[in-house]
Amino acid sequence: MEERNLICINCPMGCPLTVTLNDAGEVVSVTGNTCPRGEAYGRKEVTNPTRIVTSSLPVSGAKGQIAMVSVKTASDIPKGAIFDVVRDMKGLVVEAPVHIGDVVKADIAGTGVDLVATRDVE
Amino acid sequence: MEKVNIVIVGGGPAGLAAAAAAYDAGERSILILERDNMLGGILNQCIHNGFGLHTFKEELTGPEYARRFEEQVEERGIACKLNTMVMDISPEKVVTAMNRTDGMFEIEAKAIVLAMGCRERSRGALNIPGYRPAGIYSAGTAQRLVNIEGYMPGREVVILGSGDIGLIMARRMTLEGAKVKVVAELMPYSGGLKRNIVQCLDDFGIPLKLSHTVVDIEGKDRVTGVTIAEVDSHNKPIPGTEEHYSCDTLLLSCGLLPENELSRQAGVQLSPVTNGPVVNESLETSIPGVFAAGNVLHVHDLVDYVSEEAASAGRNAAAYVRGELAEDRSGEIPLEFAGGPRYTVPAAIDPEKMNDTLTVRFRVGAVMKNRFVDLYLDDERVLHRRRQVMAPGEMEELVLKRTMFEKHGPVQKITIRVEEA
Repeated sequence: MEERNLICINCPMGCPLTVTLNDAGEVVSVTGNTCPRGEAYGRKEVTNPTRIVTSSLPVSGAKGQIAMVSVKTASDIPKGAIFDVVRDMKGLVVEAPVHIGDVVKADIAGTGVDLVATRDVE
Repeated sequence: MEKVNIVIVGGGPAGLAAAAAAYDAGERSILILERDNMLGGILNQCIHNGFGLHTFKEELTGPEYARRFEEQVEERGIACKLNTMVMDISPEKVVTAMNRTDGMFEIEAKAIVLAMGCRERSRGALNIPGYRPAGIYSAGTAQRLVNIEGYMPGREVVILGSGDIGLIMARRMTLEGAKVKVVAELMPYSGGLKRNIVQCLDDFGIPLKLSHTVVDIEGKDRVTGVTIAEVDSHNKPIPGTEEHYSCDTLLLSCGLLPENELSRQAGVQLSPVTNGPVVNESLETSIPGVFAAGNVLHVHDLVDYVSEEAASAGRNAAAYVRGELAEDRSGEIPLEFAGGPRYTVPAAIDPEKMNDTLTVRFRVGAVMKNRFVDLYLDDERVLHRRRQVMAPGEMEELVLKRTMFEKHGPVQKITIRVEEA
């Protein structure tokens, strides 16, 4: 049996979690969470931690003075792949117009997750 | 002079939510004045995720969250003037503003919602010794440069202060290829949210040194290094603990100050603790018909609560315009506190004017473990809430119900008490 103490990062409450694993490395229990997201986070964080990556990329052809468009991975990606995603973004220039949710690059860094825009640029 | 029922000063998250809520309360004569060239305020540069879990039950980035509220304002056809700077608000609620198309103009308002947000504490306000070279930025300035304008402020970074923007920028600069060497925090606890320590520092192995501060900045033209040292319990540097870090950039994330120049000119009473207006249960300032919400009132951790607070201010402004919010303030009872809170918003409650529920927000002055937050009406305890940990970096809230007051009967004294469990 092993116990790990984590801080849930799902929301600003930052619940202190205790995750108990058995000798096979399987999660036996998650305590300290106040919502189901906390339990899911606790289970994932000790087995396959993931993060959403956000960044901003240059945009060309915009009507206004906007130089950059913010982007994110459409869902969480393995924590170990954060820098692969960042490297795969390098050099990308987004063509305006672009809208929230538009795919900027599909399957970023082979994660199976799309990189999408998080603001509108006309 | 142009007449508008509700003028909203600021088109950030607070202003947008106040406008939409005032409209939904039946008000149609609303004008938002925004000094930037777009709505959304500081959310536009907060490109990280974690916004909106409370409001929309999904995790959004700052620009996405802002867009939802902009859409609400657009759908309702609420008037906005961008690139417009408010110069003055008079106690009679005449707003003087200027922009390039209208020049200088005055608007007579029946009600005003102050939603100007806050500013970062600058180097000048921090009294850091050393030279004054290029390469010293507030964390928010660096955030704007990287996320909106597309410039990297530097390659080797030291961050002073562990406010949320500093933590977010530690991660952001790291992802853009910079080396963030250390985050130094004067206090023995972080000023930011625990989740940001985990996902912005721990994830990238960036050390956080509590009870440390910058004692020297080197470099004549550009920063070449900084020296940090441990501080004692009086925040004085301890000789012999100095550590030198070579770097080309120093980011400051040492607190946010509500931006109340306009409120002060108008004669609104300000709190020396929050630096924001003193408000009652209706979020109404010392000037009847002038309301405040969001970071201009007190600095929040979470935009969802800004939106919630501002919506309430917007509804109350609409009620004031309709004449449903009595000008008589004699029924207000000061909200007293003991055992930890540094302030409360609101600072006073008139039980007669209260809505069905009223959220009281406050911050404590030190890290406290295993406490109860209690609400007393006179000597009767009507709320008893357990808190594992309370910290100055995390705002607390208590939801008061009108029924508590009705059950208790006439009340002389309202107290929030933090007690050891």
